[in-house]
Amino acid sequence: MITQNAYEMAAAVATGEITSEALTQAHLSRIAEVDEKVHAFLHIDAEGALAQARAVDAARARGEKLSPLAGVPLALKDVMVQKGVPTTCGSRILEGWRPPYDATVVTKLKNAGVVILGKTNMDEFAMGSSTENSAYGPTHNPWDLTRIPGGSGGGSSASLAAFEAPLAIGTDTGGSIRQPAAVTGTVGVKPTYGGVSRYGLVAFSSSLDQAGPCARTVLDAALLHEIIGGHDIYDSTSIDAPVPAVVAAAKMRDVKGMRIGVVRELGGEGYQAGVLQRFNESVEVLRGLGAEIIEVSCPHFEYALPAYYLIAPSECSSNLARFDAMRFGLRVGDDRARSAEEVMNLTREAGFGPEVKRRIILGTYALSSGYYDAYYGSAQKVRTLIINDFNAAFAQVDVLISPTSPTTAFKIGEKADDPLAMYLNDIATIPVNLAGNCAMSIPCGLAPEDGLPVGLQIIAPAMADDRLYRVGGALEAAFNEAWGGPIMNKVPSLTGGVR
Amino acid sequence: MISRADVAHLAQLARIELEASEIDHLAGQLEVILGAVARVQEVAGADVAPTSHPLPLKNVFRPDVIRPSLTPEEALSGAPASEEQRFRVPQILGEE
Repeated sequence: MITQNAYEMAAAVATGEITSEALTQAHLSRIAEVDEKVHAFLHIDAEGALAQARAVDAARARGEKLSPLAGVPLALKDVMVQKGVPTTCGSRILEGWRPPYDATVVTKLKNAGVVILGKTNMDEFAMGSSTENSAYGPTHNPWDLTRIPGGSGGGSSASLAAFEAPLAIGTDTGGSIRQPAAVTGTVGVKPTYGGVSRYGLVAFSSSLDQAGPCARTVLDAALLHEIIGGHDIYDSTSIDAPVPAVVAAAKMRDVKGMRIGVVRELGGEGYQAGVLQRFNESVEVLRGLGAEIIEVSCPHFEYALPAYYLIAPSECSSNLARFDAMRFGLRVGDDRARSAEEVMNLTREAGFGPEVKRRIILGTYALSSGYYDAYYGSAQKVRTLIINDFNAAFAQVDVLISPTSPTTAFKIGEKADDPLAMYLNDIATIPVNLAGNCAMSIPCGLAPEDGLPVGLQIIAPAMADDRLYRVGGALEAAFNEAWGGPIMNKVPSLTGGVR
Repeated sequence: MISRADVAHLAQLARIELEASEIDHLAGQLEVILGAVARVQEVAGADVAPTSHPLPLKNVFRPDVIRPSLTPEEALSGAPASEEQRFRVPQILGEE
């Protein structure tokens, strides 16, 4: 039952074949069985989840019409607040904090009857590509427990691949939904900036952060996208327009006549051979499905990574100033003799991990007078050049494609003390965050050299999120036919027995 | 280019009481990272306009109406210390 797709689970709940309570209990049992090995969750809210599930069952018993994912369990990235449920962002500085309100995404999930199982592990404040930067220990990739599940949303991606949840929420500032999806064989979508409310999402880099859906299938991601998307008066950067018709697009399974651009700059040197092989095969599959393949050039994409590592740290150095030991979270050294500033300094030293400190200091430097124009100012100009590259590309094609991540999942510890090597994981995902448009990662096979999942990235213009689902849905159907079933059939059992 | 003293100064601006070993480690790493990100200057010509945000929004208004909000108890629920419905903070001025 736990290996089904979310829409199948929802249908079973709607027809009374299974109760949401039993479905939720099955996932809680699975978590109890395997999460010691995977460590996808930082907090499990069994009581709250079962109460939500019973409410869905009661609504059904009363004959109420259920929403499309009602009664289906979901894993929530620990960067999003849920009233009364511990929210840490993977940081010691928020250990034990229970938010007094719900994020808009959480409100929408609750209203739709989606059952929130608990909070998933992540790189501290979403800064990282491996989930090794969590203060609570790393998450392990269900495909190979010695490897990383991607990051920052490694808990969410691992929970899907471990069948601990069929749905998850992630957030993507430079690739934190897409890269974890790529290395775990799951589907992850970064919606158009402003497409999903950021209210209640703990801010890392406000002009880049975007919450989005994670699932094991394109249709499940679309159903979740429709629930969480849309305008929100509590987020002034939320777009006041209808959610693109992503569910209908996911069901089309037809790319005939679509113009699909292969980005010349996102491939080649630095990319693993097996990643490029699976990507090139996918291009041929799309051609076979009747799409027109066009090579396009985005010459400024090579400057995206350096621009990102100036803009994101700059914004984070400002955003994370709110962790000041005064109103919530950790307070260290308050002996009634030390000043507020001394307490602040001691608390931030004790509460933040190395990567967060590194980025705050880097951002403080980039924003300091004398360096502002050379660093932050120049990065903002690169942002314009990347938007121009996208505009030129989308004048020629409907969507762009590339590998999502240059490599498959690497070993835990392999890049832990080499920040620049770690940052390269997001080389293909970052341009989208800088420009604010949308992208999806779907699995496109296993790399021949290591048997690990490879992700294919689909990129569309702002507010054309439906195109991601149209291409993703068609490719997924073609792959499933070629492989004789979904890629998740090949993930190793975590219990030694039959799944 | 980035000295130990620079890092110590930045840490002070950022309100982080770094340990000496962290300052040493960071100075080396920042040097490498800044060397890599400085590439943005290659294409940031005077003719290129900066982009600070992907959406061209300004002055987003909503009606000024009273909405439900947190109670004082809820607002103070995560406070490290509170007194008389207020956040209790360490001394801000030099003396009591």
